[in-house]
Amino acid sequence: MDNFVRRLVDISQSEAAMRARADLVLERARWAAEVFHRYDRAKTMAAVDAVARIAFDKAGEYAEWAVRETGFGVVAHKKIKNELSSIPLVDHYRDRDFVSPRIDERSMVVEIPRPAGVIFALAPSTNPVATVYFKVLSALMTRNAIVISPHPAARECCVDAARTLAAAAEAAGAPEGVIQVIADPSIPLIDQFMRSDKTDVILATGGSAMVRSAYSSSNPAIGVGPGNAPVFVDATADPGHAARHIVESKSFDNSLLCTNESVLIVVAEAERALKAELQKAGCHICSEEETQTLRRYLFHERGFNVEALGRDAIWIARQVGIKVSPKTLVLVTPIRLIGEEEPLSREKLCPVLGLYTARNNAQAMMQARALLRLSGAGHSAAIHSNDTRAIVDYAAMVEVYRVVVNAPCSQGAAGFATNLAPTFTIGTGFFGRSSVGENIGPQHLVNWTRIAYHKDSDVTLDAIAHTAVRQPGPLPEAPSDGVPGRSVADLRPVDATADRDALREEIRRIIADELRAALKE
Amino acid sequence: MSQEKQDFLERSKTFWNPGKTQAWQDMGVDLVIDRREGYYLHDMDGQRLIDVHLNGGTYNIGHRHPELVEVLNQATRKFDMGNHHFPSLARTALAEALAACTPGDLQYTMYGSGGGEAIDIAIKTARNAMKKRKIVSIVKAYHGHTGLAVKTGDERFSKLFLSEDTAGEFVQVPFNDLNAMEDALKGRDVAAVIMETIPATYGFPMPKEGYLPGVKKLCERYDALYIADEVQTGLMRCGALWAITRYGVEPDLLVTGKGISGGMYPIACVVVSKERAGWLSQDGFGHMSTMGGAELGCIVALKVLEIVQRPEVISMVRYISNFIRAGLDQIMAIYPDFFTGIRQHGVVMGLEFNHPEGAKPVMKYLYRNGVWAIFSTLDPRVLQFKPGVLMTQALCEDLLRRVEAAIGEARTEVMGAGSRRTR
Ligand SMILES: Cc1ncc(COP(=O)(O)O)c(C=O)c1O
Repeated sequence: MDNFVRRLVDISQSEAAMRARADLVLERARWAAEVFHRYDRAKTMAAVDAVARIAFDKAGEYAEWAVRETGFGVVAHKKIKNELSSIPLVDHYRDRDFVSPRIDERSMVVEIPRPAGVIFALAPSTNPVATVYFKVLSALMTRNAIVISPHPAARECCVDAARTLAAAAEAAGAPEGVIQVIADPSIPLIDQFMRSDKTDVILATGGSAMVRSAYSSSNPAIGVGPGNAPVFVDATADPGHAARHIVESKSFDNSLLCTNESVLIVVAEAERALKAELQKAGCHICSEEETQTLRRYLFHERGFNVEALGRDAIWIARQVGIKVSPKTLVLVTPIRLIGEEEPLSREKLCPVLGLYTARNNAQAMMQARALLRLSGAGHSAAIHSNDTRAIVDYAAMVEVYRVVVNAPCSQGAAGFATNLAPTFTIGTGFFGRSSVGENIGPQHLVNWTRIAYHKDSDVTLDAIAHTAVRQPGPLPEAPSDGVPGRSVADLRPVDATADRDALREEIRRIIADELRAALKE
Repeated sequence: MSQEKQDFLERSKTFWNPGKTQAWQDMGVDLVIDRREGYYLHDMDGQRLIDVHLNGGTYNIGHRHPELVEVLNQATRKFDMGNHHFPSLARTALAEALAACTPGDLQYTMYGSGGGEAIDIAIKTARNAMKKRKIVSIVKAYHGHTGLAVKTGDERFSKLFLSEDTAGEFVQVPFNDLNAMEDALKGRDVAAVIMETIPATYGFPMPKEGYLPGVKKLCERYDALYIADEVQTGLMRCGALWAITRYGVEPDLLVTGKGISGGMYPIACVVVSKERAGWLSQDGFGHMSTMGGAELGCIVALKVLEIVQRPEVISMVRYISNFIRAGLDQIMAIYPDFFTGIRQHGVVMGLEFNHPEGAKPVMKYLYRNGVWAIFSTLDPRVLQFKPGVLMTQALCEDLLRRVEAAIGEARTEVMGAGSRRTR
C-alpha cells in the first residue's frame, strides 16, 4: 500500500512519519501493558514459561542464524547463551514474585508491584538473540510490554526471534502486542522511540553512542557502558587453572560478551609459569613484531576495526599473516604500557588479550585502575588468586561493580559461571555513568507502591493481607453484534458471573493464605 | 459564553444558517470548534472536548493526523485537484489501491467529492448496469442529501425541497426484515439494494445474524445489485477494513467517504466490479465531476488506507472496543433504569437510553463534561458513540470517567433526583 503513496509523494523519511510510526507501536504497547497489569502471577507465569520453552527449543536455530547473519561468533557458544537466557533465566527468578503484593514485616508495609509499562529495548549485534530472550523474559516476568529494536547487523534473526516469542506469549494468554519488534530500525526512527514520552524506560545495551543517547533522551534509561575488563593473576594463583579459565573466557563466542578479559596483568614472579600454561591452553604469545601488526590491524584512527569483531584467533592471525598452530584459541599481545598511548589496552571484542607484567601487587592494581580509567568503568574485572587479602584489596580498588574470582570473566560476570544474576545487561552504575550497578534483571523493571499507615496505628497487617489486589486478567471480548458467533448473547453467558465470583473467591483465599504464611516467617 | 462567541453566533445566524445555529443553542450545545488535534476539539471559548462523534468517522484516525498533514503539505508542491478529463496518476493510484483492498472482484473506482455524490454515482452505475430504475433502501436510511441519495432516505429531508420520489422508484423496507426485502425484490424490477452495513444515523441498530448475507442472496435471486454504504462503518472501525466483510458479504458496489481522507481533503469513492462498470467503457464521459477525485484528496486517501492497514491498528481497535465496552457495562450497571443497552461492533457503538429523546440530555451533559458525541437524528433514544481507532489507553479511561458522570447527570434531569443509583 505504501508503494502507491510513495510513487506520488514520499514522506516516509519525514519526522512526522517517524514519530507517527513510533507512536503507534508505543500506544499499542501501552494497551498491552495496561491489560497485562491486570494479570495474576499464575497467568503471568503461564506466558513466561511458554516463551522460555520455545526460546530454549529454538536456541540452536537462532545461534546458527545469528552467526550466519552477522558473520561472527561461535554457533555452539551462542546456543549456550541463548539457552541460558531462556528456561534457566526464568528458573533463577522462579522464587521471586514480581506480580503479587508482598509484606515488609519489619516496617509493617505492604507493597504492591507496579510494572514500568512500556520498555524500549535495544539488542546489540554481539549477543543479539540472547539479549532479545533476556529482555523479553525480564519484561514478561514483571508484566511489562516491550518493544525490541535490533541492531541492523543482526536484524533478521532478532526480528524473527521476537516474533516467535510474541506468538508464543499470545498463544499462552499474554495480551496482544506485549512483545513488538522494529523490523526496519534506523537512527531517526530509534531516536523517536527513545525520546517519546510514551516510552517508560529504555533498556540500552550497545555501543557508547547509543547508550549515551538513551540517557540524553529525557526518559528513564538503564544503560550500560562498554567493558574493558582487567584480569589480575598474582603469585598465589594456580597458573594452570587461571590460564584455562582465561582461555575459556576469551574464546567464548570469540569474546563477544562485553565481560571478556581485555588485558591480563600478571606479577613478574608468576609470569613465566603463567605464560607456559597459557600456551598449553591454546594461546599464541605474539612477538613484538606480531603485536605491532595486530595493533595496526585492530585499531584504526576511528577505533576498533569491526571486521575483527567476534572473529576467531586463527582467522585474525591469517588476516595479518601471523603463523599460529591450528589449535590456537587466543592471541596474547604483550604490552608495556596501559593508557591512551597503547591501543591494545582498549576493549577488544575478539580473542586478542593484552598482557602486562607488573612488578608487584600494588603496581598491578594501579594498572588495573588505569585500564578502567581508559574505558570500562563500572563494568567487570577478574582476579586469579588464593590470597584473600589481595582479592579484597583488588575488588575495593578497581572501579567496577563485579569482580570475578578464579573463574572465566565472560561467563562469570554475566552470571553464568557464578552466582551473580544471569544477564545480558551489565549495570555499570555511577562509575560507568549509568543508573544501576548490578546485573540488570526483572527487579529493575518494576516499582512498588507501599501502603503505609500512621506509625501509631493499631491496624494489623493481617486485615490488609487478606484483601487481595484485584487482578481480573484479560479484558472480556466485546461483542460484534450480528456477526455469527460474536454477538452479545454468544460472548457473555449470564451464569458465568457465578463461576467467576467463585474463582475470584478461591484466588482470594490462596493469596490470603500465602500472605499469612509470609507474615509468619 | 464570551462576548466574542455571542457576536460570532449572531453572524452565523445572519450569514450562514440561522436554524441550525439556533437549534444547537436550544439543545444546550454552544460549540464553536476552533483548534483541533488528535481526538480533541477546542471550543472557541477554550473548552476542550474528546471527540467521539468524529463527524461520522471522518476523524477516525484523529483530527489533523500528522502524517496526513505532512503528505498533504508535500503534495501541494506538485499537485492540485487535477483536470478530471484526463488520466491521472493520483486517481489511478488510489483506484489501484482500493481494488487491492476491497472484497471480491471490485476493480474500478469512480470518484465524487462527497459521500452523497458517490451514492448518486453508485445508483446511476447500478441503473446503467441493470437497465432498471428501482432502488430499495431501509426505512430511516441515510445516504446523503444529493439528488438520488436523498430519495433513499427519510422524507423529512426530501419533502422540504419537493425532491421526494414521486415515480415509485425508491422503495423503503424495514431493517432486519428479510420477508419485507423479498417482497420488495420479488418483482425483479429493482436495480439495487443500498445498505449501510450498520445504519448510523438510525442509531446503529445491529444487523441480525444472517440478515446482510440474506439480503445479498435475495439480490442475487432477483437480479438486483448490492450497494454497500461503508461511509461510516469502513476503514477498520469494525475491526476489519470494511465492516461488510465481517458479515461475509461481497457487495457489487462499495461506497466510501468521510474517513477515507481523514477530514483533510474532500473525496469519496465508489468501487465497482468490472462486470457492473459498463458505462465506463460505453461512455467514459457519462458522469463528470470537476472536484470528484481531486488529486490532493487521492493522495491523502492513499495515506489513510496505508495507515489503517498497519498491523498495529487492528490490535488497537480490539483493545479500544473491549476496554470501552467493559467500562460501559460497568456504567450500565450503575444506571440500569436509564442506560439500558449497548449496540456494538468494534468502535461503532450506539448507547440506548430509556426515554424517547434520552440521548439529547446525555449529549448535553457529555458536552459539559468535556465529551462530544451526537444523538441519532432518526432515533434520539440512541446516542452515537464513535471512538477513534487510534485512541490511547489514557484517553479511553478519561472518556469513560466523563461518560459515567454525564450519564448520571442526564439521568437526574430525565428521571429526577429521587430515584437512586444501584451502586
Ligand atoms: C452512511 C452515510 N452515507 C452517506 C453520507 C453522505 O456523505 P456526505 O455528507 O459526504 O455527502 C453520510 C453522511 O453522513 C453517511 O453517514
